[in-house]
Amino acid sequence: MTNEEIKQHIITVQPNGVFDETGEWLQVQVEVGEWKPFAQWLRNDALQMDFLFCLTCIDWSATATGKTLLTMVYHFTSTVFRHTIVVKVKLDRNNPEIETVSDCWRTAELHEREVFDLFGVKFLHHPDLRRLVLTDDFEGYPLRKDFEDPINMIKL
Amino acid sequence: METYKVPPNGGDEGLDTADDGALVINVGPQHPATHGVLHLVITLQGETIQKIEPHLGYIHRSIEKMCESLSYRQFIYVTSRMDYLSAHINNHGCALCVEKGLQLEVPPRAQVIRVLMGELTRIASHELWWGAMAMDLGAFTPFFYAFRERETINDIMEETCGARLTMNYMVPGGVMYDLHPNFQQRVKDFIQLFNNKIDEYDDLVTGNIIFQNRTKGVGVLSAADAISYGCTGPVARGSGVACDIRKLYPYAVYDKVAFDEIIETAGDSYARYLVRVKELRQSVRIIEQLIDNIPEGDFQAKTKAVLKLPKGEFYSRVETARGEFGVYIVSEGGTTPYRIKFRSPGFSNLSALDHMSRGSKIGDLMAIMGTLDLVIPDIDR
Repeated sequence: MTNEEIKQHIITVQPNGVFDETGEWLQVQVEVGEWKPFAQWLRNDALQMDFLFCLTCIDWSATATGKTLLTMVYHFTSTVFRHTIVVKVKLDRNNPEIETVSDCWRTAELHEREVFDLFGVKFLHHPDLRRLVLTDDFEGYPLRKDFEDPINMIKL
Repeated sequence: METYKVPPNGGDEGLDTADDGALVINVGPQHPATHGVLHLVITLQGETIQKIEPHLGYIHRSIEKMCESLSYRQFIYVTSRMDYLSAHINNHGCALCVEKGLQLEVPPRAQVIRVLMGELTRIASHELWWGAMAMDLGAFTPFFYAFRERETINDIMEETCGARLTMNYMVPGGVMYDLHPNFQQRVKDFIQLFNNKIDEYDDLVTGNIIFQNRTKGVGVLSAADAISYGCTGPVARGSGVACDIRKLYPYAVYDKVAFDEIIETAGDSYARYLVRVKELRQSVRIIEQLIDNIPEGDFQAKTKAVLKLPKGEFYSRVETARGEFGVYIVSEGGTTPYRIKFRSPGFSNLSALDHMSRGSKIGDLMAIMGTLDLVIPDIDR
């Protein structure tokens, strides 16, 4: 499917979605409340986005406009149709919460734990939300821009 | 007289047993078969695996955070330390991403050199896997056979790149220096020698009935599960999923060379084994086509001393020996990436381990882990 066709499909379920076609792939931004039903629709409906190949988060707090902003970024490909889209969800940096998609894509379980560990995003209804690489009593979220570790971090 | 009663846990005070008789054991972080500091907490019922829980982080260096303070020239070399067996291919992915941002044209000579080096790296990586996998299953000789040939590749690498494992040969726009004059001849000698060696590998291990009994029907992963768990590379191709980035989204000169994407449909350990061994022959095929056809010209495009990527997001992917390696750069227009994410194949492949091993015997775990081909620094990053 071309980007335009994908866009028309998505508009039917996400009339308020914000589209960005400047990048390599079509990007769509959805509200955090609408994320879960949209994810299920992506997985099971016409677009058949069955392969979640990249799941990550961006902390925008070092930029002028994003002081309280985290963005979840999901890269999807359909192994049936070979089209790719990028879905973004904006989160409140002070209390980031989003529904898990580990029941739609099993790979998300470990990736979401990694994001929870390093960014502090809470994934609601996640089966096993614990720190992944750091110890359970670790304080702070290292990949956030304001993380400071005076002992182990070397600044260039 | 008081009669002695066997305590509910069978008298093993030190063992961590649950009420239902399940036994929890640790494999790693220092276990010879994990080939790195991977810690698996395994719940057993008798000899049957109920659950595997990977504990990560023993070698986490936070490379993604580190890269945020490195320039676009520097960060490439940190990725050699992730999947150190595919160091060159990791570097390739990063260079591609920077080139995509700069809209830089890479000279044809550099592209061919990159692919040649990449395929040599793939052979070296698969060789190490083949030797280590056989060793995990109790055969010691293959390890020495594999290292014998692998050493030749390392020597070729050393001559041109100056290093044997973490080559750091890639720069945005090409490669760092031209090929060593001996390169072509030495690669040809190696290919000639290696073609016979693959037959030897097949005789020694592939056709071995003990090996087949230990791997066939073990750790079966269906195609749908492979996709859902995000598996790529030989792990997914062993389950019948076509996912070779070199075929699907060709980069460099992969669209100009003839090679086959190896796909097996059984989904068991033996299928994953076959995919890798057959890939050795395909890598040889690619090298044979290119080694006499290295175009003349520049090995590096002209670039500015300080690279600045325009504001935006860039994603590039390459096929390492383990699967799809993705580089996601978010740029704010500066000289360093604002955020960088490495999509490492090992991390996703590992997430399928629990699913694949449930219901297997503990003895089969080594056959399953061996064919996943995990490289721990790649998982932890």
